Amino acid sequence: MMTDLWIHPAAVLIIGALLLPFVRGPRVIRNLYLLLVPLLAFINVLTMAKGTFGVIQFMDWTLTFGRVDGLSHVFGFIMTLMCLIGTVYGMNAKGIREIFAAWLYVAGSLGVIYCADYIVLFLFWELMAFSSVFLVWFRGRKQSISAGYRYLLVHTFGGLVLLAGLILRYKATGGDLSFGPIGVDSPTLYTYLIMIGFILNAAVPPLHAWLPDAYGEATVAGAVFMCAFTTKTAIYALARGFAGMDILVPLGVIMALYGVVYAVLENDARRLLAYHIISQVGYMVAGVGIGTEMAINGACAHAFAHILYKGLLFMGCGSVLFMTDKSKFSDLGGLYKKMPRTFVYTLIGGLSISAFPLFSGFVSKSMIVAAGFHEHLMWPAFLLTLASAGTFLHTGLKVPYFIWFGKNNCSEETWEKADDPPVNMEIAMAVAAFFCIFIGCYTPFLYNLLPYPVHYHPYTAYHLSESMQILLFTALGFFLFVKKLAPEVVISLDFDWFYRKGSKVFMWFARKPIQSFDNAWSEVYRVAGMVPLMITARFWSWFDWHGIDGVVDGLARVVGYFAEKLRWMQNGQIARYLSFMAGGVFVVLVWMFSSM
Amino acid sequence: MIVQFIDFFRDRMKMTVRLCYGVLALLVIIDIIPGLTGKEHHAHSWVEHYIPGWWSIFGFVACTLIIFVSKWFGHLGIMTREDYYDD
Repeated sequence: MMTDLWIHPAAVLIIGALLLPFVRGPRVIRNLYLLLVPLLAFINVLTMAKGTFGVIQFMDWTLTFGRVDGLSHVFGFIMTLMCLIGTVYGMNAKGIREIFAAWLYVAGSLGVIYCADYIVLFLFWELMAFSSVFLVWFRGRKQSISAGYRYLLVHTFGGLVLLAGLILRYKATGGDLSFGPIGVDSPTLYTYLIMIGFILNAAVPPLHAWLPDAYGEATVAGAVFMCAFTTKTAIYALARGFAGMDILVPLGVIMALYGVVYAVLENDARRLLAYHIISQVGYMVAGVGIGTEMAINGACAHAFAHILYKGLLFMGCGSVLFMTDKSKFSDLGGLYKKMPRTFVYTLIGGLSISAFPLFSGFVSKSMIVAAGFHEHLMWPAFLLTLASAGTFLHTGLKVPYFIWFGKNNCSEETWEKADDPPVNMEIAMAVAAFFCIFIGCYTPFLYNLLPYPVHYHPYTAYHLSESMQILLFTALGFFLFVKKLAPEVVISLDFDWFYRKGSKVFMWFARKPIQSFDNAWSEVYRVAGMVPLMITARFWSWFDWHGIDGVVDGLARVVGYFAEKLRWMQNGQIARYLSFMAGGVFVVLVWMFSSM
Repeated sequence: MIVQFIDFFRDRMKMTVRLCYGVLALLVIIDIIPGLTGKEHHAHSWVEHYIPGWWSIFGFVACTLIIFVSKWFGHLGIMTREDYYDD
């Protein structure tokens, strides 16, 4: 029986993580174990047959843990591959706790990807949030503790909205828990609630500010994991349930542009990359919104390519942070002589995300834009093309230029520390870089994994000409206005202002107006309340003493007098009462029988 | 090796810049020559048909717009001091 043999890849990671603290001995043994667990999960996904597995009856519900089809396979494939790469990158992290949290986080993501009902989805959805927050906390800075709590609170809110949506759906459909196309043609309240739960994890503005907030503050290896899993699992969930939901097209376009604008302003390399996740996920959200087979293929392909090149970029900038303790452009610059290989890896990531021919983004992103043009969605398609100019501007040009070239802002200490990172980090970057180029050069590798048959050819002369013109003229603009883009030592306010400063406004409001109102009210209460109260109290005290007590005592005396009389009347005459009662009963009985 | 490769171009900045301008010009020329890129079949809209070097203009204008609009937006008060949230 296949069902009996089916092992959930999430189970491999969870068991692997739980056994992790018991793996002792030399470093080699530990590293082999760290390699083995994600490798087993990856092989498990590769060898998995299609079908439905892991069906469990729980109370009235049928829970399905394993729905293996085209859509879940492509996501499972890339998630476990990225888990392997990320684990290799994070091997030299202090202690194993980061890897422990990361594996549970990936397990959450895989659980969502393979489940077929909303209960299992919700459980794993929450596992993701509650394990990934440790990847922020483990950074150990004061800011990371607060950023982690904000991350957790926002995701708890998202989880509750999702839960409300699926409970309403359960009631409205008479107990339907299946996780599939939700019926985007006739959306109801629960459709929107579930959608909000999903798009919060996809970081759609205005529900996106958690992303740069947390990812910029995460540990070096933690950010590599985080940039891959949360948003792309949300894209999977949207592709599964909301393909063709019209509102996702404008939302995706807004995301793509929003990320670009904030990336221009950003001074921190990893926060810039985080904003660019929002931009890139915008393409996928728009792709899901378009909803045709080509667009869904494009969204999946782009998620696949994105996980690799964004992971690579976070690994590159993470290496700079790891070696120099700096991630701000205003503290870096001119490092190509010190970290040349890291530069090359990051550049490969940058060229991939910018969709240069022969790199992965070229064969994935264009599929979404082409699907837009194909459906005659001219504005979205042109705006997404505009955003792709922005992608090259920041990630392909700004990041490499201001870290490895440009003005050298390094302190002496930073310059001394800068060097290419330890070998495991380089191996991880090399593997990711290999896949970025391999996917771009050999299209069948990715296209054969996609859920629908692909009838798209990215390497036409016109598409090459179009892309190269946009990219290289963007580069021209960059070098002409490079001074304008010079790093500024600032942060940019975003929607997190509302819950960061908003809480301060609330606290101020609680301290100042409410407190003084409270004081004033106390005074009013004292003057207008307590003083008359005391006067009245004294009056009532006098009244009680003289009035009430007099009346009560008088009453008591009266009652006592009558009681004395009554006592004299009933003086032990029980036999007389009984004879009166017997006589009465006799009279009633005679009257009753005589009238019958 | 990587450093030497980069330094080779940095030492010959003038030549590098000219080379880049040459590539840009070549791209526009390729776009303008009819029948070379299959524009007639693949173009999505009329602008691509009738404006020579459309995507070059688009790329440059897009880049300029993004830089200036974003910076304008940032200087409206969105960009602020780093310790803004600390107090």
